[in-house]
Amino acid sequence: MVSEPGMAALVMFAGASNAFAATAGSMRAALASEPAIPNIFAPSSTPADSIYHLSVFVLSVCAAIFIVVFSLIVYALIRFRRRADDDGSEPPQIYGSNQVELAWTVIPVLIIVVLFLASARVIHAVEDAEMPAGTTEVVAIGHQFWWEFRYPQQGFVTANELHVPVSDPQHPTPTHITLMSADTDHSFWVPKLAGKVDLIPNRVNNMWIDPHDTGVYVGQCAQYCGTQHAKMLLRVVVDSPQDYEKWLANEKQPPQLDAVANGRRIFESTACVNCHTVAGTNAHGTFGPDLTHLMSRATIAAGAADNTKENLRLWIKSPDAIKPGCLMPAMQLTEPEIDAVTAYLLTLH
Amino acid sequence: MLDADSLSKPMFVPPSEAVARPLFDRVHEWIVTVDHKKLGLMYVTYGIFFLVVGGIEATIMRIQLAIPNNHFVSPQVFNQLFTMHGTTMIFFSAMPIVFGIAVYLIPLMIGARDMAFPRLNAWGFWMSALGGVVLYFSVVGGSGLYGAGGAPDVGWFAYAPLTAPAFSVGHSTDYWILGIFLSGFGSIATAVNIITTVLCMRCPGMTLNRMPLLVWLNTIAAGLVLVAVSPLTAAQIMLLIDRYLGGHFFDTQAGGSATIWMHFFWIFGHPEVYILVLPAFAILSEVIPVFSRKPIFGYSIMVAATLAIGFISLGVWAHHMFTIGMTSYANAFFVASTGAIAVPTGIKIFNWLGTMWGGKIIFKVPMLFCIGAVCQMLIGGLTGIMLSVAPFDWQLGNSYFVVAHFHYIILGVIVFALFGGIYYWYPKITGRILSEKLGRWHFWLFFIGFHLTFDFMHVPGLLGMPRRIYTYEASRGWGFWNLIVTLGVAVQGIAILIWVVNVVRSHFKGEIAGNDPWDAWTLEWSTTSPPLHYNFAEIPVVHSRRPLWDLKHPEDPDWKYE
Amino acid sequence: MPLTHHLRGKVGMWCLIAAESSIFTIFVVAYLYYAGKSISGPTPREVLDVPIFISISLFSSSFTIVMAEKAIHRGNTKLFAGWWLATIVLGLIFVLGTAREWYALIYEHGLTISSSLFGTTFYSLVGLHLSHVLVGLTMLTIVLIFTFLGDVQQEHAERLGVLSLYWHFVDAVWVVVLSVVYFIAR
Repeated sequence: MVSEPGMAALVMFAGASNAFAATAGSMRAALASEPAIPNIFAPSSTPADSIYHLSVFVLSVCAAIFIVVFSLIVYALIRFRRRADDDGSEPPQIYGSNQVELAWTVIPVLIIVVLFLASARVIHAVEDAEMPAGTTEVVAIGHQFWWEFRYPQQGFVTANELHVPVSDPQHPTPTHITLMSADTDHSFWVPKLAGKVDLIPNRVNNMWIDPHDTGVYVGQCAQYCGTQHAKMLLRVVVDSPQDYEKWLANEKQPPQLDAVANGRRIFESTACVNCHTVAGTNAHGTFGPDLTHLMSRATIAAGAADNTKENLRLWIKSPDAIKPGCLMPAMQLTEPEIDAVTAYLLTLH
Repeated sequence: MLDADSLSKPMFVPPSEAVARPLFDRVHEWIVTVDHKKLGLMYVTYGIFFLVVGGIEATIMRIQLAIPNNHFVSPQVFNQLFTMHGTTMIFFSAMPIVFGIAVYLIPLMIGARDMAFPRLNAWGFWMSALGGVVLYFSVVGGSGLYGAGGAPDVGWFAYAPLTAPAFSVGHSTDYWILGIFLSGFGSIATAVNIITTVLCMRCPGMTLNRMPLLVWLNTIAAGLVLVAVSPLTAAQIMLLIDRYLGGHFFDTQAGGSATIWMHFFWIFGHPEVYILVLPAFAILSEVIPVFSRKPIFGYSIMVAATLAIGFISLGVWAHHMFTIGMTSYANAFFVASTGAIAVPTGIKIFNWLGTMWGGKIIFKVPMLFCIGAVCQMLIGGLTGIMLSVAPFDWQLGNSYFVVAHFHYIILGVIVFALFGGIYYWYPKITGRILSEKLGRWHFWLFFIGFHLTFDFMHVPGLLGMPRRIYTYEASRGWGFWNLIVTLGVAVQGIAILIWVVNVVRSHFKGEIAGNDPWDAWTLEWSTTSPPLHYNFAEIPVVHSRRPLWDLKHPEDPDWKYE
Repeated sequence: MPLTHHLRGKVGMWCLIAAESSIFTIFVVAYLYYAGKSISGPTPREVLDVPIFISISLFSSSFTIVMAEKAIHRGNTKLFAGWWLATIVLGLIFVLGTAREWYALIYEHGLTISSSLFGTTFYSLVGLHLSHVLVGLTMLTIVLIFTFLGDVQQEHAERLGVLSLYWHFVDAVWVVVLSVVYFIAR
């Protein structure tokens, strides 16, 4: 039967485990209403879920180890301190003990083996998962300092804000993301949805998410990629099936162009087209984000600013004012020209 | 001769500077010296200077990050700051201090008069020093001085292809390469020297089994330097070939691989942290027994555990690369190897605990720092175990959780142990004891500041804050935690100031130490404080691991029990 | 048995050899990793011929340097000078032969360090070894000059042993480089 010290250990372990789950849970509850605050303890997708459960287990084990060892240290410091009335004699000179060494070797080895097995299970479950039929495919290409998202099944390209359908746990419709890079290393990290995976040039990486709840999930690039690494933000919008279909349909259409001909003319005859694409026009540049449905996004410059008329205008006039060190040059347009181009861009829904 | 008489008659020999000599002569003596004690002090002083420089860099970064969307420094400057901070602290602060302590103490502890290769010792120091000068020249080089280049901004691990000519225009990255490259030669030279000294110059009677643990651990660390610094040198040669001769080692456009740089770097990078921490463990293994009044618990196991750590550390490197998309088998392998290294590390913590257990613990300042280091090793080691669990690392890797973890070890263990060692050996080096009172202020303020900063730093990582960002959105909820982290820096700064005052004041007014102020047991305490130029009047002969214990306790010598 | 004071040189050289082996290992790993991955340019099979003659020269130089060591141990400085000179000559043959090979590779086959992954890894690895040969030859020549000046005596035998240990290391590295570049990854 389990001995008393063993019982004490088990109780402590259970207590610590509960304490951690409770703390993590309360962090989760407190922050659940704040979609803009990432939190690895508030998962909303199976990969993040698996990691969360594993992390609670690991934290509990570590907490238990800490409590045991730290208590022993504190006890030793108090019990074996030199007293004020010490006679100056030396304590028994103990050189070691093989039994004790064996004990505190074997127990850590067992703990490590358990942690290894728990990790291996989750590694396999996440990395080697089979994608069911009906998986949405997205190709993410990292750039300095923005995200390109291609939807090969539907044949369109967008940027910086990823839309995916919500996934019902009974009938999963996950999204599989292929990760590549056009220049340096980047990393795709949206904590509530999955662990991070790097985007590395000349290499193809994979990840998947199956968000359980609709909403907006934020993240950002997590591998230093240059001056504006800090502003390479991510927004993942998880839509209900209907909203997702609506969004897809909109993306597949050519842009609804108004008679903002002057702005469009300036856009297409200056250097804008060297970097940007507007589907259905002669703007085919791929160095910068695809602007076909610019106005369907809540932010511009990979999250660096909200998508308003003032910010758009400022961005065209002087990108460094919003994101110093980014690669878009100031276009040196006159004020009326900037007005016209802004008006044109505002029509790209 | 090493006998009870010489122990009971401590001599205080005034340093040679007490005799008035021209300043030029005194400076010249230090510049051309090959004396291991002087070189050791130069190494440590150099390292402490750059500790302060690196600390200033950190302070500026922390001010920038204290509130969201701050404008204290530009993104370009911030990116240079974290690159320089990491590079400086690892290569030009921690490594010189670690080498300095080794080079100063090892000959004294093994009963030798100097290192095996005194001139190589000097060459190694000057090469290391030159590396730091080259790196910091980049700060003034800038675009002014004939476009020589600015400070590097590629991060201290300089991932490819960010370092390719296409993305790293100008010469800033070259300063990073050259500074470390030059000091790398110094490191390898010193490692060769340490190993040769320990293998060939021990005094009669000192078998390997009777060496102080500090000597053992520094020797194993030196072995790691030989095998692990070289891969970085190789990778840097490759990077230079890419940047200047049109090579394609890391040129992804030509089919080259960005990940192979990561492999080569971390094959160096992980053993590097053990190169830094083993000497810290060495200090703990010397100080804790003396202030517990017991020999180290499990000497042989400590040596075996260190050898195990040394070997295993060469096989864990890709735990820095869990997120690059390796196969599940590769990831699992590195989880296993990293977990394996936790076992001997834990054993060491338990052995220090076993040393204190049943002893008579004296809470003088050296011991306070060492106890702090042990407790912080426990916590930092546990967060390391958390990170070794690959899926957990998929969330926490490259976030402020990792930054908190490694600062816990580097600051919380290594720097704390270094302070413990400095308080312990300062009397030997200078002949005077550092003030206990100022030392306590130093310890408690540093302890509080350290925990304010680095305990709370774990939280933004858990909330999704990546590292190396010059600012962050207010809506992320990270501002509150970052503010506390920054406040802790101020407290640590005050503690460091108090320490500097202590060092300077005690040099002139401190209590005279005598040979053996702590009633310790290893050979360095048998000679004068400061040691004579030739270390020992006569080369000692030893019969156990604690030669001075044998002399002080002739009725109960160690060699009866070992 | 504790190693004694007079073995410092050898111990130090073995430590240096350990560090250098580590550097070479990384270059070999890079060579093997990139074998076959070049996207353009000539392949190893097309342009590399096994350098039999210069390899035999270099390996023989290990034999001659051992003979030189034996001679100086016995105090026979004249014989020592002869064997030492032979070592240098054999080393020079290696260097000149390599130079000839590289000339052909660059000008006849268009293989440079920047032309492809093969070019980069080939010239780096073989070049790193060549640089170590050149350093060794420089040291050997300095000793030869001292020998002609009459400064080298029997009591220097141990120090010369340290230098010849380095030379043997350079030879051993060539065994590895030869096998990897001209046989395994061809």
